[in-house]
Amino acid sequence: MVDLSVAIGDLRLKNPIMPASGTFSEDLAEVFDLERLGAHVTKTITRDWRDGNTLPRVCEVNGSMLNSIGIPSKGVGSFLEKVVPFYQRYDTPLVVSISGNTEEEFATLCREVSVDGVDAIEVNISCPNIEEDGKAFAIRPSSTHKVMRALRAATDLPLWAKLTPNTGETSEVASAAEDGGADALVVANTILSMAIDIHTRKPKLGNLMGGLSGPSLKPIALRMAYQCARATNIPVIGCGGITTAEDVIEYLIAGASAVQVGTATFIHPTVMVTIIDELEAYLRAQGLASVRDLIGTIVDDGQDEAVVFMEAAP
Amino acid sequence: MMDLKETPAPAGEKDDFKSFELALAVKSNDPVNGEYHRLVLEAPEYLLARCQAGQFFHLLCPTANGETPYLRRPMSIYGFYPQQGELHFLYKLAGAGTRALASLTPGDRLNVLGPLGVPFTIEDGWQNLVLVARGVGLATLAPLALEARRLGRKMTAICSARHPDYLMSVDYFRELGADVITLTDAEGTSGVDNLERVIEELIAGGRADAFYTCGSNRILKLLQTIGARHDLPGQIALEQQMACGIGMCHCCVRTFQRDGKLLQLRVCREGPVFDMMEAVAW
Repeated sequence: MVDLSVAIGDLRLKNPIMPASGTFSEDLAEVFDLERLGAHVTKTITRDWRDGNTLPRVCEVNGSMLNSIGIPSKGVGSFLEKVVPFYQRYDTPLVVSISGNTEEEFATLCREVSVDGVDAIEVNISCPNIEEDGKAFAIRPSSTHKVMRALRAATDLPLWAKLTPNTGETSEVASAAEDGGADALVVANTILSMAIDIHTRKPKLGNLMGGLSGPSLKPIALRMAYQCARATNIPVIGCGGITTAEDVIEYLIAGASAVQVGTATFIHPTVMVTIIDELEAYLRAQGLASVRDLIGTIVDDGQDEAVVFMEAAP
Repeated sequence: MMDLKETPAPAGEKDDFKSFELALAVKSNDPVNGEYHRLVLEAPEYLLARCQAGQFFHLLCPTANGETPYLRRPMSIYGFYPQQGELHFLYKLAGAGTRALASLTPGDRLNVLGPLGVPFTIEDGWQNLVLVARGVGLATLAPLALEARRLGRKMTAICSARHPDYLMSVDYFRELGADVITLTDAEGTSGVDNLERVIEELIAGGRADAFYTCGSNRILKLLQTIGARHDLPGQIALEQQMACGIGMCHCCVRTFQRDGKLLQLRVCREGPVFDMMEAVAW
């Protein structure tokens, strides 16, 4: 019997496969048994009601997609009343994703969702849509550190910081999140992108720009997961373009302790179950006793300079 | 490692789930006239037993002609026949997705996800049903007509199209015992004024307790006006671009009016069938 379990800080997951925020909901329970997953991660909520962005909210590009949904949210009250109780029927840990426009609002929400039944809080400090031009806390180390300090003071639950690829300072932002009190890093959110209809000359998203996700994001997010694992001493959860068990194995070798599967679930709603089964089969075929034997096993011969390759000049 | 298109992963017991991701074999996929194709898939009984009129499937279109549609494409059910083990779709060639569907030949497999969404309902007091649709929209109403016949309701199907040659499902609705009224652009009978006159005649004759429609903004507006005038109910099946099809992504919202307030609902989850009077024309 191979051991698929991993630890994210004090939180033990029965396997390293969990959904990415925004690509998972209670509705998926109508298609497969959600108890199979390593964790449940809810769609980001804000404190107050949000309508979301103008349509079209998604478009496809070659083998991937762009989205600018805009975090439609029914607010924290509805979330605590309906969503949290739904997941209490499962033993699987519940990770709640939250976001806020200001540090204060963010911290207040963090306090409000620190309730029984919630096992960790993923703080979406990276969503490219919530502020104008895709600006987000996790673009800079200073704003990352400040917001993480405020969030840390607001809860005793594990805090997972979801980072953005829209930065030239990946390692510095990761260190700032760790310093600010993050227990784990989720690497990463979508990358700001654009697509234009050449016939109408209009952007294909109502919000003009949006986040790229799917297989074409994977090499970028994988590079970031590697950098973050090198730069910090907290667990990294890889996220970006994962479609197969091979993708998961690649992230684990790069240094991720677990992964999130997002857009692939839109194409194959049962893909996470398939990946768990394939991962187990791979470990068995390789004669590995535990999935943890893969984590951080990259053969990079300690090439430190590669970590700073292509980063901004000081 | 494995080809997901060929080997979907059913997880757990069938009874626990409402929708399934399955790779179904193509039985036939033929043009039915210049614009439309009918796709017949072999489907297991447990899947067909869950289907209801107005629901849809989310189809993973194959790679064809150098095009690889990435997201699934939603398509309403044209017919489901548990005894024959068949699931039918009617589609019009429009974009990359439907072009790819047209490339399927018997024996190929198509990955489907469904059934999904809220179906049509036929309330007890609705003895005389009026189905109004244009073009391929009639496909969505075909399984409703079958259900109406099973319940012994009277039906009038108003079928509108550009040209008499493009009138879909007219024979099918007739076989199910519907009075069929055809309106076409070519004959100059499909205008809103004429449609209004036709429907008012049905109402005057006591032959309209409820309306069912889909797709057309023009028809929706007219039916809302007539519905308000005579206090008659109706249901509409709406379309919208979708990503997940299940309710997770919130990309397929439309605006509705309820209790004097505007609200946004997901076509995939709260729909695709909605109260005709609550839909906001677009």
